[in-house]
Amino acid sequence: MTTVAPVALRRKVELTIDGEAVTAHEGTTVLEACRAAGIEVPTLCYLETLAPVNVCRVCVVEVEGSRALVPSCSRPVAPGMVVRTGTDRVRTSRRMVLELLASSVDLSTAGGDVHRWIEEYEAQPDRHGPAAGPTVRDGAHAGHHEAPEVGLAATVAQTVKRDNNQYVRDYAKCILCYKCVEACGEEAQNTFAIAVAGRGFDARISTEFDVGLPDSACVYCGNCIAVCPTGALMFVSEHDLRARDEWDEDRQTVTRTVCPYCGVGCNLELHVQDNRIVKVTSPLDHDVTSGNLCVKGRFGFEFAQGDGQ
Amino acid sequence: MDLRTTDAPADAAERAAVDAVLGPPESGWFGGERTPLDGHVAIGGLSRARSLRHLLLPALHALQERMGWISPPALGYLCQRLDLPPAEAYGVASAYALFTFQPASPVVVHVCDDVACRAASGGDPTGALAGHAGNAGSGAAVTWQPSPCLGHCEHGSAALVQKSGALGGRASLAPFTSGDMDRLVALGADVELADLPVPLALVPQAGAEDTRLLRRVGQVDPASLDSYRAAGGYEALRRAIELGPAGVIAELVASKLLGRGGAAFPTGAKWEAVARNPVRPHYFVANADESEPGTFKDRVLLDHDPYALVEALTIAGLTTGAEKGFVYVRGEYPTGAGRLEHAAAEARARGLLGDNVMGSGLRFDLEVRRGAGAYIAGEETALFNSIEGLRPEPRNKPPYPVDRGLFQKPTGVNNVETLLSVLEVLTLGGAAYAEQGTPGSTGTRLFCLSGRVARPGLYEVAMGTPLRALLELAGGVAEGRPLRAVLLGGAAGSFVGPDDLDLPLSFEGAREAGATLGSGVVVALDDTVAVTDVVARVARFFRDESCGQCVPCRVGTQRQEEVLARLAAGRPLHSVDSELALLADLDAVLRDASICGLGQTASSLVTSALRRGLLDVPTGTGGTGGIGGIGSGGSGGASRNGSENGRDDR
Repeated sequence: MTTVAPVALRRKVELTIDGEAVTAHEGTTVLEACRAAGIEVPTLCYLETLAPVNVCRVCVVEVEGSRALVPSCSRPVAPGMVVRTGTDRVRTSRRMVLELLASSVDLSTAGGDVHRWIEEYEAQPDRHGPAAGPTVRDGAHAGHHEAPEVGLAATVAQTVKRDNNQYVRDYAKCILCYKCVEACGEEAQNTFAIAVAGRGFDARISTEFDVGLPDSACVYCGNCIAVCPTGALMFVSEHDLRARDEWDEDRQTVTRTVCPYCGVGCNLELHVQDNRIVKVTSPLDHDVTSGNLCVKGRFGFEFAQGDGQ
Repeated sequence: MDLRTTDAPADAAERAAVDAVLGPPESGWFGGERTPLDGHVAIGGLSRARSLRHLLLPALHALQERMGWISPPALGYLCQRLDLPPAEAYGVASAYALFTFQPASPVVVHVCDDVACRAASGGDPTGALAGHAGNAGSGAAVTWQPSPCLGHCEHGSAALVQKSGALGGRASLAPFTSGDMDRLVALGADVELADLPVPLALVPQAGAEDTRLLRRVGQVDPASLDSYRAAGGYEALRRAIELGPAGVIAELVASKLLGRGGAAFPTGAKWEAVARNPVRPHYFVANADESEPGTFKDRVLLDHDPYALVEALTIAGLTTGAEKGFVYVRGEYPTGAGRLEHAAAEARARGLLGDNVMGSGLRFDLEVRRGAGAYIAGEETALFNSIEGLRPEPRNKPPYPVDRGLFQKPTGVNNVETLLSVLEVLTLGGAAYAEQGTPGSTGTRLFCLSGRVARPGLYEVAMGTPLRALLELAGGVAEGRPLRAVLLGGAAGSFVGPDDLDLPLSFEGAREAGATLGSGVVVALDDTVAVTDVVARVARFFRDESCGQCVPCRVGTQRQEEVLARLAAGRPLHSVDSELALLADLDAVLRDASICGLGQTASSLVTSALRRGLLDVPTGTGGTGGIGGIGSGGSGGASRNGSENGRDDR
């Protein structure tokens, strides 16, 4: 573990971003420096509460002296660094990352920013061709694949995994940002029920041998759902409402409360639609939870709804 | 963390295979027999179990070899032994092509259908196999499947035979004909790997006085330390001990030796950075995961000069302060890995490895680790992850290996050819070594000649030798046919045309021509070779070998393969121009935004082929070639693959 000095004691670093002189604390990232300077940098696999894995590459920027573009989410600022965020090279790579994802993944329930970026960067997912249909992606043999049908764009479309009463896994919506694996593993939960399996375009989030969640180490804390940026992991309640086209965030209230189960004091946000709890989250910036909960706080609300009693 | 593994117990053979690597289990808590006492003692030994994670890959190999596949109970047992979550272990294992997770035939034959064998045979080398052994994946006792380059390119055909059972393992066959397939099918599960002929190495210069790196190949017995010493072996280690670390580094700096693995980093500077790093321990790794299509130089050196690598790695360890070294050999090289292990054992028995190397009072030992079918594991940081038992995914750099490498400790890592070149530096002296070759690229270099040359094989020439002279050394194009192009540098390299044969084979010469020497691949393509087919195979290669970590490479290599398939079928989506613009955009994002060198070079050959008009692109809306689109898209490095030299010589 590296220790980081308190912010007040850290040295200041001077760098240039898009021609403007900027000062940042040593140890902060280029992304943080950009955001502090009011420059929007799109991110997908980045989350404040997780160590950056820099795999989506949508946050790349140009750093003078670097041959390739640099992921801003993980690169620390350095004295004299010259960063450019709006060059043609940067825009091309960001556009292509968005386009590659949008052409291969169902982004229909991804956050609004994603769709705005796709428009802003003028990504054209359609130019890769009509989407190929669902396939069985579990168990793909690394290093081998069937030649794609000429004219179709391969996708990660597949059957929704619904093997428990708490949440569904719709990996047709997975951009493989690694966040759920991190949250399930050493970044939060230390359960390690899921990992990235396979490789290349066949890489996927998987339990061992693709066993269902009830046969895996999953403890249904739902911290993977909390970090999923595309809705691939979703409460059963939300999934079913969406399937019936009844999910309506305009009709929902969000009530912040304290979890009643134990004395830790985790804050809950109860998402309520039509007087029913449809989803439970915890604020990312809450100093107790950092967005994480246990199975009781996340899913133990059924008693309040009076079903089946 | 509470482990949750399957309830089904592993069978005795599975447990024995794992125990052969890890030793017997300590207690019922780690997969051993449950005794009443287990319920009454505090659980201990977790950190010891976890510290063995680096043995995950060797244990997976043991299961695959013994059982022919890795079953859920077997993986569960292995996970109990290592206190490792099964999901993580499965994530690691499923990233390798040589591991399978369903019961398989006892004999699986991996048949190379990659670029060099394709060029040599004028088409898909597996095309004829269906008539002999059924379709890929069919067959009971013996099945076959296509494979990426197996590193026997000089033979023009090759196979890797994987057999499971008590005498299981792998063996190479090259050349490999449909007659060989018939014999394997006839033998079925009774085939004895030990009875299969060990492939020869084609080294036309063998024994020639002007070779350095190749001078022992075919001249010494690769199983005899005495034979190696009689040929001057271990003189370089003696010299290194005399000089001491600072002296060795001074010689390396004076030699101006640059790494031969592809990146051409100064070896002296790398060794010095490791040696000076105050963090301990240090490690040194020999990268023998040669998997670049068309490359077979390290295989020849491992097979025929294994003591040289043991000696060179020992020198690297003593010089950089590493007491432990690893040689990571690709899983497709069973002969080389076996001979290397034998060489290391003999060196250890004679005091040339161990606690007192050659009486110097210094300690160094090495371990041989086998890859399991993953090109990406040759990327140095992915290689570290592979040894550590993690998924073979490249790490973000910085930090660089000299600061945080294997097990997060300062690590030196060199290609096999680089390490053997160090022996020459110490034998000749750094200054004398630097007199060979060119001022910018000193010494000699190995080149792997394959495809349509008259005498394919491994050649050694001084740096700066013109490509033409190298091709002439190999007898020119086979049957005197016209040369269409040379694939230089491997799948991550580029094409060179028949008008560019004066290209000096030096780092700077290649760079000026917008090419790269890469791993020394020279595949000659004549007018019988369908370049479009070769390029399509390369696109498939990158699609199959991407680790899948970053979006540009994971999806970009898939899309690149799709565009090429549409163009080859004469069915462009909108217009040929728009398809070419798409390829240019894919090139830009792959090159600029991928994490590692695999993605950054995954479009090199495609782009190069388009530039040179070597790709059959449908005519019509976009005209032929359509070269204009490539390299645009706002990239700053548009000249990486050379000038706009789009000559169409079809």
